[in-house]
Amino acid sequence: MFRALRYSLQAAIALLFVALIGYFSDSPPYIYHDARMALVKLSFSHASQRAVECRRRSAEELAQLAPNMRIAMDCPRQRVVARVELYLDEKLLFAGDMPPGGIAGDGAGSVYQRFVVLPGRYLVTARLRDSARSEGFDYENSKLVELRSRQNFVVDFRAETGGFQFF
Amino acid sequence: MTGTRTPRRWLDRLEGGFDLIFTPRHNPLNQLGALGWFFYWIVLVTGIYLYIFFDTGLRDAYESLERITHVQWFAGGVMRSLHRYASDALVLVMVVHVMREWVLGRFRGARWFAWVSGVPLLWFVYASGISGYWMVWDQLAQYIAIATTEWLDALPFFGEPIARNFLRDGTLSGRFFTLMVFIHIGVPLFLMFLMWVHIQRHMSPRVNPPRGLAVGILLVLVLLSLIKPALSQAPADLGVVPAVIGFDWFYLPAYPLLEKISGLSLWGILVFGSLFMLCFPWIGRIRRQPVAVVDLDNCNGCGRCVQDCPFSALTLEPRQDGLPFSHQVEVKSALCMSCGICAGACPTATPFRRSKALTPGIDMPHRPLQEILGQSVAATAVLTGEDRVLVYLCDAGPKLADVIADSGVAVVCLPCVAMLPPPFMDYLLSRDHVDGIFLAGCRQGDCHFRLGLEWTEQRIARERDPMLRRRVQRERIGHAWVGCAHDVQLQAQLADFRAGLPHRRGEPPAKGVAPESSEPVTEDAGHV
Ligand code: HEM
Ligand code: SF4
Ligand code: SF4
Repeated sequence: MFRALRYSLQAAIALLFVALIGYFSDSPPYIYHDARMALVKLSFSHASQRAVECRRRSAEELAQLAPNMRIAMDCPRQRVVARVELYLDEKLLFAGDMPPGGIAGDGAGSVYQRFVVLPGRYLVTARLRDSARSEGFDYENSKLVELRSRQNFVVDFRAETGGFQFF
Repeated sequence: MTGTRTPRRWLDRLEGGFDLIFTPRHNPLNQLGALGWFFYWIVLVTGIYLYIFFDTGLRDAYESLERITHVQWFAGGVMRSLHRYASDALVLVMVVHVMREWVLGRFRGARWFAWVSGVPLLWFVYASGISGYWMVWDQLAQYIAIATTEWLDALPFFGEPIARNFLRDGTLSGRFFTLMVFIHIGVPLFLMFLMWVHIQRHMSPRVNPPRGLAVGILLVLVLLSLIKPALSQAPADLGVVPAVIGFDWFYLPAYPLLEKISGLSLWGILVFGSLFMLCFPWIGRIRRQPVAVVDLDNCNGCGRCVQDCPFSALTLEPRQDGLPFSHQVEVKSALCMSCGICAGACPTATPFRRSKALTPGIDMPHRPLQEILGQSVAATAVLTGEDRVLVYLCDAGPKLADVIADSGVAVVCLPCVAMLPPPFMDYLLSRDHVDGIFLAGCRQGDCHFRLGLEWTEQRIARERDPMLRRRVQRERIGHAWVGCAHDVQLQAQLADFRAGLPHRRGEPPAKGVAPESSEPVTEDAGHV
């Protein structure tokens, strides 16, 4: 083959190679999120209350236990399955159970959920039942927010500060 | 050799075309593994440079990279671009390298080691690149951080979701960032170790591309870096969701799937895919041929076979049988690919010997040299004319034994042309069995047994032991390294070679000239 032709083909292949690399290194763009929408993220970890209240063992019960196991209080480690609900105004966005973590079911449970919502003004309400009660909630917090498009609105929870937090 | 006949033909065509354009030596398709190493070195060197100017810290990282890119665009900017583009090129050549080895069936037999050690390389290359994008802490990094941690949370390893680290700027800790820097340095260094393991079973592995190719590729990468410098996207802000993201499709092709299938399913696909790949060498029709066998009585421990074995299957060990040599050779059968190149290297593999039978120090049980010599003598006995040629055809090379129909040409097959000891050529020519010897093998630059063509050329050029003797006229030895799909090309080259053969008339017969030529063993073995 003619030298000139060979060299031009070499150059063409080399340019194709770098064009391929240059292009696919940042294009075509990936649309992860609709830029007109907002995002609500509900995420927290929390250790719910124990499923069974601690209880003082009777003298009889204590006597039946091996001497090294005779502890006055009987505290089963199992925690309850917590219940979470999240509302935008009256609309239920999420309702779910949050089982305790750990092999013995004695650890913190977690929730991590994302919701794409239309921007606008909402009353965001979050509720958590983390005790053995069968009705009602132990925590309930609300906040009136104006969600912007592409906003990452976070609903977190911290029992020490009185419950749900909105960011 | 594999069930992938059609892709193999396409690949052969493509590589043939590239040979014409680049020359076989500079054909990038023959150098994919070496190019992988080359890109790795570029990434390493540019990475060290960037690290000098990089500040660890949530805000500092982004700002320091902006400075590197814009203030010293001519140095740091180019370094950053090279760092990104060479990483992308590494993925590209790696993927093509894997497909090529697969199409050519070069993962079977003793090659399982390179294949199996290659699979973790895939994971480490990806982990290196993905953790690199994290360091920029722009919108892409933010997306990667969130998507990766959410994906990891699909595994039952973490008590509290680690994606919570990226919930909002207030919860983000600089320490997590330091961990990422640590990962982005540690993973690529471990990758280098794995790359080294990957080529452990190759004698003289090709880890450096030829200089011309390397310089050319570096130049076009620099050109790309100047025309389209690698830039950061908008800085990360956890309060704002990244929407339209500039995306590196070399490293992130799996990520969009996370919006379609569960994280656990994606882990399943990748893990089972990798496990399946690990099984490739043992799936399907496997024909394992007998391995090389040493005959200690004829081995003087010279070590030539050890130097020539492309798969490091031979070792020199201290002599055990009492013969007055310091070493003997041993075959590690698990590593032997049955190519016969060792037999071609053995100085005892010569037909000019006093002993009765041709018994080299090392030989192939399924294709003993004695048998090959017998076939050669028998096949050439019926040739007529002034340009009688014996073609040695390698099994992995062109398939044309039945295409050649000429009273002046005979064909003998070998596992690899490098199994042919140079004294065979001397013998057949000097004893007037033929007028020329023609070697037909794999495509140049891509010997199926890696080094067979190279060793053959060096032996004929008298640069490597066992050398072809000086008395052999070089014009009487020809070759065509054209590969399996090019019988037409091969026939043309063979015709040219025959046309160029010097006339014999008036030449003194070689008999009696050679000092060591006594009764040749196969004069009476000619009937074999
Ligand atoms: C970082 C990525 C990689 C690099 C830098 C690399 C490099 C190399 C090099 C230098 C060789 C030796 C070539 C020779 O001298 O003949 C080689 C051989 C080989 N590689 Fe890779 N490799 C990579 C990834 C992989 C992967 C992912 C696989 C497959 C899963 C793979 C499979 C093989 C096989 C089967 C061979 C043996 C070929 C033969 O024996 O002729 N490699 N590689
Ligand atoms: S047959 Fe090939 S792989 Fe086996 S020992 Fe000989 S040179 Fe090495
Ligand atoms: S080349 Fe032959 S003589 Fe030398 S070590 Fe190998 S088998 Fe022995």
